[in-house]
Formats: sequence, C-alpha cells, structure tokens
Amino acid sequence: MASTLRSSRLLLQKVGLLSSTTKPLSTKRGAGEPLGKVAKEVAEDVTKQLKNRFAKKAYFPYPGDPKLFVVAQHNVHTGAASHSPVQIAEPVSHPEGRNKVTLVPGDGVGPEIMLSVRDVFSAAGVPVDFEEVFISEVQPAQSVSVDTVVDSFKRNGVGLKGIITTPSSFKGGVLQTLNMKIRRELDLFANVVWIQSLPGFHARHNNLDFVIIREQTEGEYSALEHESVTGVIECLKIVTRANSMRIAKFAFDYAMRHDRKKVTAVHKANIMKLGDGLFLQCCEEVSKMFPDIQYESMIIDNCCMQLVSNPHQFDVMVMPNLYGNIIDNLAAGLVGGAGVVPGESYSQDVAIFEQGARHSFAEAVGKNIANPTATLLSACNMLKHIHLEFHSMLIWDAVHRVIKAGKVRTKDMGGHDTTSDFTHAVINNLKH
Amino acid sequence: MAALTRRLLCNTAWRQTVVPSLSSFGNRNYTINATEQQVLSCAKYGGRHCVTLMTGDGVGPEILTHVQEIFRYAGAPIDFETVEINSSTTDAAYLEAALLSVQRNGVALKGNIETKFDDAEFRSMNVALRSRLDLWSNIVWCRSFKGVNARYDDIDIVLIRENTEGEYSSLEHESVTGVVESLKIITAEKCERIARYAFDFAARNGRKKVTAIHKANIMKLADGLFLESCRKVSEDYADIKFSDMIIDNASMQMVSRPQQFDVLLMPNLYGNILSSIAAGLVGGAGLVPGMNVGAKYAVFESGTRNSGRSLKGKNIANPTGMLLASCDMLDYLGHHNVGALIRESVLDVIAQPQHQTPDMGGQATTTDVIQAIIDDIKPKTQTSLQEAQSG
Repeated sequence: MASTLRSSRLLLQKVGLLSSTTKPLSTKRGAGEPLGKVAKEVAEDVTKQLKNRFAKKAYFPYPGDPKLFVVAQHNVHTGAASHSPVQIAEPVSHPEGRNKVTLVPGDGVGPEIMLSVRDVFSAAGVPVDFEEVFISEVQPAQSVSVDTVVDSFKRNGVGLKGIITTPSSFKGGVLQTLNMKIRRELDLFANVVWIQSLPGFHARHNNLDFVIIREQTEGEYSALEHESVTGVIECLKIVTRANSMRIAKFAFDYAMRHDRKKVTAVHKANIMKLGDGLFLQCCEEVSKMFPDIQYESMIIDNCCMQLVSNPHQFDVMVMPNLYGNIIDNLAAGLVGGAGVVPGESYSQDVAIFEQGARHSFAEAVGKNIANPTATLLSACNMLKHIHLEFHSMLIWDAVHRVIKAGKVRTKDMGGHDTTSDFTHAVINNLKH
Repeated sequence: MAALTRRLLCNTAWRQTVVPSLSSFGNRNYTINATEQQVLSCAKYGGRHCVTLMTGDGVGPEILTHVQEIFRYAGAPIDFETVEINSSTTDAAYLEAALLSVQRNGVALKGNIETKFDDAEFRSMNVALRSRLDLWSNIVWCRSFKGVNARYDDIDIVLIRENTEGEYSSLEHESVTGVVESLKIITAEKCERIARYAFDFAARNGRKKVTAIHKANIMKLADGLFLESCRKVSEDYADIKFSDMIIDNASMQMVSRPQQFDVLLMPNLYGNILSSIAAGLVGGAGLVPGMNVGAKYAVFESGTRNSGRSLKGKNIANPTGMLLASCDMLDYLGHHNVGALIRESVLDVIAQPQHQTPDMGGQATTTDVIQAIIDDIKPKTQTSLQEAQSG
C-alpha cells in the first residue's frame, strides 16, 4: 500500500500536480498515524491542485501525451497567432456550449450502433449530450409513448434515430404505424438520402453522387384503407397541392444550397393523371423560381431502369412517398446496402438523422456484426446541421479513411470484422 | 435576469406582448415578428433558415462578412445565399436573380447599392427591389445608445415610412423642352395600409402617440389624401393619440426638441429625410438599423441606406447598424435567443470607448470591434444553447 502510494506520488509530482513541498509520506506519517489518513491528505492536495488548474483553464501536459500539440489561435485583429496548448485543435469558429440531441435507438441493431456512435463522439470530444428515449412497436412494454418522443424532438429540434420496425401483419386497431405517427406529429415532410459511393469500396457502381428527396407525409402512406364491398379494398393515395409545392420547393432549395445542377421529378402521371399529375405540375411551377437549376421529369418505371443501368445521370431527384421508399432502397443497394447510406428527415423546425435505407437488421441483434457506417455518417450530417462542422469533418474523415484502407470491414462489406472493431478503427483514425 | 428574459422570449405567448420594462437587452426591447404569410415564404427546414445576402457597394461586402463571422460564433441557425449585386452589375439579369433569390428565401440582408445620379439611364436598383417585392413599409427605430456620444441621449422614435410610391414612382418626363414633370403618386389604398401598420405597431409595442408628417398645406390633394387616410385609421385606435405636423416644422422640431416624438408616420420622401436626421441625432449612419417589410418578404439593411464608399477597404466602417439589422432579422425569423444574445453583446461592446470606431469619436478599427464582440459572445453561448432548448 505504502509503495503504491509512493510511486503514484512520484508520478503526480512528475506531471506537476503534486507540490514537492508536501512532505514525503514517511515523514508525514507519524507513529501510530493510520496510512489511510495520509493517503487522504495526499488525495486532497491533488484535488486542490487540479481544481486550481481547471480554474485557470490550463491544460497540463504530461510526458508522452500523444495528443499534445500546439494549435494556433488566430486573433482576428492582429492576424498574429498566439500559441497555447489545448487538447483538441479548436474549430475555426463555433458556439461554445453543449448541444442536446434526442437519441432514439430503435429496434434491431439500433442500440448497438448507437453505442458505437457514442464511443466515437466521446473519443472525438463532440460537445453533444444525448437525451435517450426508447420507442418500439415490436416491444411495446419498454416503449415510451409517441407524445414523449415527439416532445423530445420538438424541444431539442435535432435527433438521431435508429430504425423502428413496422410489422406487416394487421391485428386490427390503428392502421397508422408508429413511424408514420411520429412523422405526422412532427410534420417531417421531407426525407433526404444522399447516395454517395465510398472510395475504396467497390459496389455495383462507383463514383455515384446523387440525392433522393421524398415526400413522406401523404400519398400512399395516408393510412386510409377500407373494404367498401366484401372482397374489395379501397386504399386512398392522397396528393395535395400544398404538400407537393412544399416538397418541390424543398428539393430546389436543397439543390441550391448544395450547389447541385439538376432536379429530376419522378412520377407516374401517365397512369395517375390527376394525382401524380398535380405533383408534376407543382414541381414545374417551382422550377420557374430557380432558373439556374435544370429541371426534368421521369416516369418511375423508366427511372428504376436508368438507376441500375446508368445512375450517373442523376443529380437531385424528387418524388412522392412510395416511389421514394422504393428508390431509396434501390439506390442504397447500388453503393453497398443499408449499412452505408445515411439519411435525414426535415420539418420546418425539426431535423432527424437516421439511416437512408430503413432496415432494423433484427437478425443480427447481439452478434456484433452490424455496420455502423450509415449511422456514423448521418451523425456527421447532424453535427454539420448544428454548427459543429469541425467535429463533423473529423468523424467523416475517419470513417472514410477506415473504409478506404479496407483493413477493417464488417460482414456486409465482405469482411469478417465486428461492429466494435470498426468503431475502434474509426476512433484510432480520428486525427486531432 | 438575462437568462430569464431570453427564456420568456422563447415562449410563443410572450412574443406578441413584449413589456418595455425588460431592460436587459441593452436598450432595444421591441421585436418585429413575421406574420403567418411571411413565415410561409421563408425557406426553413429543420430549424435552419436560408437567407439571401445582397452584398451592395462600398463597405457592404466587408461588413456582411463580419456579420456572417459573428453568426457562426453565436451559433445562429442561418445559411446564407450570397447574391453579388452592386452598382456595376447593371444588367437586368442580376436584378432578376436577386429578386428570385429573395422570393425563394423570403428574407434578405442587404448592403446598400449605390445609385448614380449623373446617369439618367441608371434606374435605382434599391427602389426596383422594394417595389418589385412590394416592401411597402420601412421601419427605422432611432433610440439613443448607451455610452455613445451623440447630440441627445434620450431619444426614442420609431419612424415608419411608406416605401413604394410617392416621389419614388420613377415617373419623370420632359413635356416641353426645358420643362420636366416628376410625378408624385399617392393612393388611398397604400396610405391606409401604412397607417394601419403604424398604428398596429404602436398598439403592439405600447406606444402612446402617432404623428403623421405631411405637406398638405401646399400639396392639398396628394398629401391631403395621405393625412385623411391616417386620420381615418386613427379612429380605430382610441388608445393612441394621433397628431400631424408639417414636414418643415417637423424637421426643425426634430433637431430642436426630438423628445416630443413617439411614432412618426410618413410618405416616402419625408420619411427618407427625417430618418436620416433622427439617425444623425443618435450617433450617425453607421449605428442605426432599418427594415423593409411587405406582405410576404422582408429586407434588412442599415437605417439610412448609405453605402460608405469613402470608407471602403479602410477597416474603419462602423458595423453596428448592420449587426443590429441582422439581430432584427433573427427576431423576425423567430430566433429570439440568438438575436438577443448578439444584440446584447453588440450594445455592450460599443458602449466602451476603446471599441468605438472613428465615426463615434473613437480609434478602433472594424475588426477591433468585431473581435471584441466575438470575445463577448463566446462565453455566453455556453449557457444560451441549453437555455434555448429547455425553454
């Protein structure tokens, strides 16, 4: 005990935490004085020193610290750099506070993947606190109510979400699924999936870079179905002018903001002349406000064929609900599957970041084989959204470096590494 | 206290009834909120707005760069779409592009575009923007700044100006050689609209008196119509005192006893003149923000619309006016906490003599001021983010 104390004391003195004026153990400990008391004194001394240092906000270097290096803090006025050692290179500019973000782990491998996101975030020093809420349709016992989740999203404005499984069977009761309820309540009208090939990973097509924008509050997902006569089901697809205008404006705004050149509206107006016709008409109207962006339209069946044969022609695509769902998955397949494509949903006030292709991968629960790439990349998009461009780039670079090196690959990418292996590889590639 | 006020302002119920006694915002307590129609014209997704940035002439581009810098540090959820427009981009296509951009985003922050007056062919782009976007009201709020040396230190005047007709109708012609007719257009509809806006503003913000400024003794029909419309609208607002004053007298009163004015309601040209006088009284062109609001869109700029050509590139322009305009924009967009945060810092900083630019009698450069504001903002953001979310 005494020797351990002495060696730790030496170490503390070395890093300058323990003042050398503190008497050595042997002299301090008088006869009959318990060892524990001395240890307590030393501990108090260290705590005091630590407090002083933190109060001064100084970073205390110790020998062999791999992260220690000096960054320049530029003074806007003089342009001169004053050198001060800090632990992580300071971003160019960002607010200093910590952001609160809602985290919905979701079903299947969701919780495992969120753990990987948390690990990467804490390693990268991301100033984000998660407010975790668990909601699930297949595990109703542990689930909180929709209201709680919606409240949390509304309060924080930003969320990271796993996939909530929707069972296909209908046991009576409500037609609306949990996902649809959340989307309706929050009015998350736009879903964005950015299909981007990962350099170093060969999939069906390489060098792909296009964006799929999907209306996700109406259309086929209106949950209005009934049996009018026995054996005849009517399922209503609702298309409204307001929502079509809104998604078209969103698509063009997105294209403008991300420096894209072309928007393609995908529809089936040759068959559904009124419903899809309205959607198409709205897209055309909105395109008039954006003279710099080329506008074209394509019928959904042709679009699917073009996507698998010649996907490089696309830039930004905008479409109603169901087509979007199908195209999202199809396109995700082109660049490597559900595990690598990030996605995001927007309302006016809330942004939720999730996987692009919505699969919970329930078969892999507990096997530690799921690919966290999609969720990590959508977490990067989330960081960018809340003004943390620096941390976003840090993690984005690390993920891409790991994939490009090709040494650590999960099963879906043709490797044998585990989720945690991949997470560790990403953490090791964070370049502070 | 500041924290409490910010939280209260985040609460929707509080937005319409801001109590003037909340003094922790420095000395600016009123906010203009977007109406429902205006909100619908904004490009807002996931809590972030996209805003058009029109660079303008003179010091406009440099000051707008500083605004963006401060927005980044304060964490304002705003993306900018920059439109390069100034007096050298005379091609109609530039103007069209700028117009479309504002129509897409609903809101713009604008540096002033210089209007050459020695070239008869050159139509003012500022006027074109205002009339094409139908930005019919211009609001300049002149209130004395704490710590700033000026003629008066107890001024609090809101100047509301009709922005689209009157002398600015751009209808001039030479009917006979040597005789030029310049048409001043006054319509009952627009007069009533601006009068109603002024009285609404007064009622919403607890103001006591609205004074209409005119020259109806000479222009009996045109200014007479304006005055008549104002009088008609005033009957609907029993709590607010209505008075009128002739422009020449008003100008004199403005420099001799400005404390008597509360809300001023003016047609276009008189508004232009009186806004400049009032701005001069509280500290000058660089300090006062202004906004142009229509039914659907809003454009925020400096109150006196100067481009500051002589200061260009010298790093001595006063960024206060544009920064306060950008805070007003944040309020308009509903980002009250960030708006209050920046405004508080700006007003705190410029109240200190070492951070005053030459136009305020100081020695500081523009970048000095900006750096001081950033240093002031940074520690405040540590708590403001959490408060915004919990509020």
